[in-house]
Amino acid sequence: MQFDPFVIPFNIGLYFIITYVVVRCIIWFRDLSRPDKLRLQRGFFGKPFGESLKEIFLESLIHRKILKSNLRLGYMHMSLAFGWFLLIFFGTVEADVFGDHHLNAPYKAIFFRFFNPDHGRTGFESAYGFLMDLILAFILSGLLLAVTKRFYSRVVGMKKTTKLKITDRIALTSLWMIFPSRLLAESFTSGAYGNGSFMTGSLGAWFSTFLPVRELAYPFWWLYSLSLGTFFVLLPLTRYMHIPTELFLIFMRNSGIRTGDKPGTYSEVQTYSCSSCGICIDACQMSFAAGINTMQSAYLLKAIRKNDDVSHMAQNCLMCGRCDQKCPVGIELSPIRMIQRRMEDSENDFRTVYKGYFRSQQRPEPVKPVMPPSFGFIPEAEPKKVDVVYFAGCMSHLTPGIKNSMVKILNASGLSYSFIDEAGGICCGRPMMLAGLDREARELINLNSQLIWKTGARTLVTSCPICYKVFKESYYLDVEVLHHSQFIGNLIRENTVKFNFLRKRVVFHTPCELGRGSGVYDEPKEVLSHIAKLEKSKFEDQNSLCCGGSLGNLKIDSRDRIRIATQTAAELTKGDPDILATACPLCKKTLSAVTGTRVADIAEIAAEALVIPRQQRNIAKQIRIIKELADIS
Amino acid sequence: MDKFGYTISKGRQIDYDSNDRRIAEYIYEREPSFRLCIECGGCSATCTTGNFTRFSLRELNILIKRGENEKVRQNIRKCMLCGKCILVCPRGVNTRNVVVLARQAFQKSDDYAV
Amino acid sequence: MNKHVIVIGAGVAGLEAAGQLSRAGIDVSLIEREKMTGGHLNDWFKLFPDRRDSREVKDYLEKFTNNDGIKLLAGIEIEKIINGRGGVKVTTSEGKELIADALIVATGFDLFRSSRKEEYGYEIYDNVYTSADLEKMFRKGKISLHNGKSPETIGIVHCVGSRDEKVGNLYCSKLCCVTAVKQAIEIREHLPESKVFCFYMDMRMGGAMYEELYREAQEKWGVNFIRGKVSEAGEDINNKVIIKVEDTLAGRPLKMELDMLVLMAGMEMSEGGRKIAGLAGLNAGENRFFAVTDQHYGSNRSSVKGIFFAGTCTAPMNITETISHSRAAATEVISYLNNK
Ligand code: SF4
Ligand code: SF4
Ligand code: SF4
Ligand code: SF4
Ligand code: SF4
Repeated sequence: MQFDPFVIPFNIGLYFIITYVVVRCIIWFRDLSRPDKLRLQRGFFGKPFGESLKEIFLESLIHRKILKSNLRLGYMHMSLAFGWFLLIFFGTVEADVFGDHHLNAPYKAIFFRFFNPDHGRTGFESAYGFLMDLILAFILSGLLLAVTKRFYSRVVGMKKTTKLKITDRIALTSLWMIFPSRLLAESFTSGAYGNGSFMTGSLGAWFSTFLPVRELAYPFWWLYSLSLGTFFVLLPLTRYMHIPTELFLIFMRNSGIRTGDKPGTYSEVQTYSCSSCGICIDACQMSFAAGINTMQSAYLLKAIRKNDDVSHMAQNCLMCGRCDQKCPVGIELSPIRMIQRRMEDSENDFRTVYKGYFRSQQRPEPVKPVMPPSFGFIPEAEPKKVDVVYFAGCMSHLTPGIKNSMVKILNASGLSYSFIDEAGGICCGRPMMLAGLDREARELINLNSQLIWKTGARTLVTSCPICYKVFKESYYLDVEVLHHSQFIGNLIRENTVKFNFLRKRVVFHTPCELGRGSGVYDEPKEVLSHIAKLEKSKFEDQNSLCCGGSLGNLKIDSRDRIRIATQTAAELTKGDPDILATACPLCKKTLSAVTGTRVADIAEIAAEALVIPRQQRNIAKQIRIIKELADIS
Repeated sequence: MDKFGYTISKGRQIDYDSNDRRIAEYIYEREPSFRLCIECGGCSATCTTGNFTRFSLRELNILIKRGENEKVRQNIRKCMLCGKCILVCPRGVNTRNVVVLARQAFQKSDDYAV
Repeated sequence: MNKHVIVIGAGVAGLEAAGQLSRAGIDVSLIEREKMTGGHLNDWFKLFPDRRDSREVKDYLEKFTNNDGIKLLAGIEIEKIINGRGGVKVTTSEGKELIADALIVATGFDLFRSSRKEEYGYEIYDNVYTSADLEKMFRKGKISLHNGKSPETIGIVHCVGSRDEKVGNLYCSKLCCVTAVKQAIEIREHLPESKVFCFYMDMRMGGAMYEELYREAQEKWGVNFIRGKVSEAGEDINNKVIIKVEDTLAGRPLKMELDMLVLMAGMEMSEGGRKIAGLAGLNAGENRFFAVTDQHYGSNRSSVKGIFFAGTCTAPMNITETISHSRAAATEVISYLNNK
């Protein structure tokens, strides 16, 4: 039995962290809701298992998504994670094949060279040694990048690295020391025995020319073991806990578990899976357009982990969803933020925090008392029966161009419709929801639902993506909900209404709530390419920008809104298009205030291209004549 | 018994000295743009809620500033936070946040807890 | 050899400055991008506060500038401005190069494009007009709606494109309140049966005889003044304009059906001025008008040596102020040339 006291720190660390992670996973599992428990069980013993393994390999080891968005940052993460994995894997194989017996304790693999200093002289052994050196070199190159990044954060393309707390610092130092100390320990041992491969061997030979390598090797093996042990023991106190947590997250996600709208295990696991990579900060216009660097998702998650008061931070976000799209860990950042917003209005929501190694649940202040209904003053309405209901939405009343165009198009379609909020309606409820006031939003939703239900309509068309999202997701209505861009798209497809082709170059701005919010990307663009010359911009689809007008942000200053809008408009009009098209009254208002280019809603462009059927033209003329006659009499 | 002479009814004037303006201070501190309101009435003209009931954010703004809080407390929750007023306000007042902060302030101050 | 000064813009400011300079024996090249001189004076029928014909002022200016010392280059753009030790070199769109000892920028203002306030429905609804549209009607002598009829109820919206953070103009245009009052009176003159309502946030009647005009509008012409910002306008099937406003003094929202809505468009830095700013390296202030070196005693001076400002390219001004400001510009230039 080979043993040496220096392996003790490593062993303590390793067994501690394994036990700790297992216990934590058990607690997480225990706290899952019943359906989620079933999902996870089914996911773990079914097909999703393979997918999870694949994802762990691709994302947790290779870091494919980070590689895609930032090559150098990705390389850094990959070399550390994947490199370390390879080192452990091949180390274990090495210990198994070349060691004195099979199935060794893990420390035998980690400290293989210490226990087998004379190893590596024959051909195959030295080739294997070469491989191990190569892997170590791979890790060290990534480490070098990581260290440089900490000091010159520009190097890997990130603008800001997140700030560190003290335990993080110690853990980070021990993490940084692991591989250099291994390198030195192995080099000294190789130097003493006159073997080793291209890196450890040559370094060892060189050291032995001026250093007492035989005496130095032992303390460095101690250092290596201590660094590992310290890192493992401190791991749960630091952000590096994201490494084991992310594995659990991947299994949960692949089993079909989602964040939902209440705090719970899944949002907790996500909160602790953030690697603080900062990609969400880079994606955020609050940062790169408005220069605000306090509220991005990485900071929010960190504040939640620290149990800070996050109410202002949670509200100070456009809810544009750009960070959700880019987060390489796949954390559902907007839903998590929404949970924080809602917490202030709820009596029984808890926030989970870890104090040291232990988990506790806390209730964030303040909790609002239950209130009587807020909107009792809304009268009952008796709408007429129709097939199609058109709901312009509050904002559209400030953009008469949009609602007039929709009326034109609806008239041309020949459908039986009613413009249900022509004289002003009530709000769809989404803005209240975005403020975290779900109960009151529900009241509005119920009022609107009744109204729509009474019309007996089968289709609900809205001009506002904010309304669209809430109609689609939170109304229990038996109607087909369409954004007007989809409605116009249907008219084109069914050939009910004819449109001319306008010789105008158009760039399309995808509204956040329509695109990332509701997944409607293609239909508006299909409409536009049918009626005009649609051109591409740098910010398409998932990568589209926020106009800055978002109702999602309760806190932002109007000047910062203008900053964001100005930059967005400038980016989109780089190719000097004739029209900057959008599909949202709020985007239209926000963007048209900051650019000289004509900003138009897709409905307005369609109305401009509309071929009015001959019959209707005659009717319009007759109506005019009748009106004039009436005036004369 | 009968009193002679005139008595001054309390509701006649805004008692600026003794009115409680903590709600206003609470909002000023967290939403400085609240100070920019010039009482133009743009917000109340466009207001979605105002379409259905007597509700004027402009009026509530000035009442908060004068410490005439009771009417504000009774009405502030009628706002639907729809955001039309933000698009209209010529002074760039972040009206929705004013409403949310006013609600919060009432909730936090013991005198007004519902 | 005579000194030579280039004046850019032949509106009120440019004409007055050119006239003053040439009277002092300085050669002037007056460059104007339009075919006609007079600038916005051509668009206005009668002037406040005394409601004289704008042509009288134009006649004065034209007579004043009609001499050999002033060379007018109308319908010409400026392509390049180089400010060197030898003076200012200006290249025109015709490829001509002019060299002068000093330059006066008198590029004036543009009227705010009212369609940018979409909620008022300009260019969307048939019966929404701007103050400039109304002046054209006055000149023709007939105020008529889209369908040719005379309006009976007319609403006038103040502060369109001014004092509005939403369009990026925080400043007050200074003239639109008095313009509204003047136009309200003129409407009542033309259409004695009509009712006129002015919707204002503040009545800023700070000029000589403005307040008197305001009183006259109330007393003699029965113009109604309602304090509240119009938030939006709609149109009904009879092409009437429905406005939404809160009567803030009564504390109640007010809905009104109008035959005609007139928007008091504000003043903005002109597009021509922005071009010159780019060519000559001149700075704009926060309100996007040209930045002067000192609000009190440097209101004609730019940060570039040899380049001076006259008139509304630096801030909103009425005609009286514009003429005074231009005379001051001429004085500045003359003393600059004498000390050069
Ligand atoms: S939230 Fe996602 S993108 Fe942001 S720092 Fe964490 S892991 Fe990176
Ligand atoms: S949702 Fe948008 S504004 Fe909010 S943190 Fe993410 S990127 Fe930034
Ligand atoms: S946000 Fe509230 S106050 Fe503003 S317009 Fe909507 S309902 Fe009215
Ligand atoms: S629109 Fe703005 S400035 Fe006008 S009353 Fe409302 S909050 Fe005040
Ligand atoms: S002069 Fe009157 S109308 Fe014009 S911007 Fe000033 S306050 Fe508004």
